Amino acid sequence: MNDMTNAFSGPGPDAVFAAYLADGRFMLQRCDDCKKHVFYPRVLCSHCGSPKLTWQPASSQGTVYSTTVVRRKTEQGGDYNVALVDLSEGPRMMSRVEGLAPHEVTIGMDVRAKIIDEPRHGKLLVFMPTQGGGA
Amino acid sequence: MKATDLRGKTAIVGVGLGGLPSAPNRSSMEIQTEAVHHALTDAGLNLSDVDGLFTGSSHAFMPALSTAEYLGIRPKISDTTMIGGSSFVGHLLPAAMALQYGLCDVALICYGSNQGSGFGKLKSMSEPQTYEAPYDPRHPITSYALATARHMHQFGTRREDLAEVAVAARRWAQLNPLAFARDDLTIEQVMASRMVNDPLSKLDCCLVTDGGGALVLVRSERAKDFPKPPVYMLGTAMAHWHRQISSMPDLTVTAAAESGPRAFAMAGLAPADVDVVELYDAFTINTLLFLEDLGFCAKGEGGAFVRGGRIAPGGSLAVNTNGGGLSCCHPGMYGTFLLIEAVQQLRGEAGARQVDNAHIALCHGNGGVLSSQVTALLGDASTL
Ligand SMILES: [Zn+2]
Repeated sequence: MNDMTNAFSGPGPDAVFAAYLADGRFMLQRCDDCKKHVFYPRVLCSHCGSPKLTWQPASSQGTVYSTTVVRRKTEQGGDYNVALVDLSEGPRMMSRVEGLAPHEVTIGMDVRAKIIDEPRHGKLLVFMPTQGGGA
Repeated sequence: MKATDLRGKTAIVGVGLGGLPSAPNRSSMEIQTEAVHHALTDAGLNLSDVDGLFTGSSHAFMPALSTAEYLGIRPKISDTTMIGGSSFVGHLLPAAMALQYGLCDVALICYGSNQGSGFGKLKSMSEPQTYEAPYDPRHPITSYALATARHMHQFGTRREDLAEVAVAARRWAQLNPLAFARDDLTIEQVMASRMVNDPLSKLDCCLVTDGGGALVLVRSERAKDFPKPPVYMLGTAMAHWHRQISSMPDLTVTAAAESGPRAFAMAGLAPADVDVVELYDAFTINTLLFLEDLGFCAKGEGGAFVRGGRIAPGGSLAVNTNGGGLSCCHPGMYGTFLLIEAVQQLRGEAGARQVDNAHIALCHGNGGVLSSQVTALLGDASTL
């Protein structure tokens, strides 16, 4: 019953994830039953349906699964990257890779998560190349 | 009771188009209604005969209510399942079930949009995707670009192969007087067109046009009572695995890999039996993905498959014979146009673009960002 209470009462997974992020922490849910990780945050495990999801710190390591350059006029801010990153824990997320030109991001590139302050969204998860990206 | 019970039980007896190639200063409802009128005339029926309504919209919250009120009809059953542009191919299923169970006698599938001319400004009902929106993907092209990039990476697909799809569609469109884009087009021109979302350029993207489509369906037992040769629904299947691109399990495999085999099983057919193929080509990558997922070629070989004009007029497989979303029309959602073109081909009334001996057509609808997939197999009387 405790698990049910945790899953179905109090701030929901969206709010918890956002609160962690606002605190500078990238946290992922892991299923106590099937042991798989879940992203985006959910009430039930999307692999097995279990409500027993526990927050754990993310490794922050990932690999670029696909990438594109959104072409935009220079006066509107110029081209930018949108990438899909496979986290080492398994789930995939949309993000962007920073620290190099948008077209230099390549599929298979190892990347590391970084939380930045973004004027429009507050804290935002982006990724940097692991190579030369520092700790 | 099993899915195959629906094979051949429903007949399309009327089709109609509206607002093509463009309809400035006409509303979406006006364009849709033009298509409905033509479809009913085609079937020799009146509005008062329609008692089942299957419709959808990207900007109306209760499209069945608005449509029925505008037409002055009182449906006994309506369905507005919204799974994106594939919805109208998907509507074949509830329409067939409603007809089969006697919930209605004449089912109308319809859609219209003035997206091209923009009269009245379209406002999408699409819900924001919380975990993607902060990265400013352009909807929907960024998602399709990510899928394209992955296909190129994994299988060596080239931009020239994508361009081949656009050129084939244009060559079909040049045979269709209602198509929006009919100028000559070469692979070099597609390659040189403005990059929008790498690796997709402007000419890899579908058109933004006006247009409407409508179909009238009845139980097959009375299909011969109508003026035009009936076209039968042999099999239809739906599958969807995700909503947003970041949740798509493998960007090189769509749920068409599931809807296709189920539709073929219902129809008792295989890809080799198909004479005409209508695929939802929102972007050039779609055609490659669906040719692969539906079994016309192996996974990863879509690029090689389309080379040398293979899906163009005169090629070995007739694909998107009206010019597709790339060159015929794409008024926001394209589903009805897949079905209407298939019906016209199976009736033998497709004019200069008519495919010889067309008895079986495959229509494949796509919705969202490669999200929802619906495959339908249609046939003429010889296929029953
Ligand atoms: Zn689980």
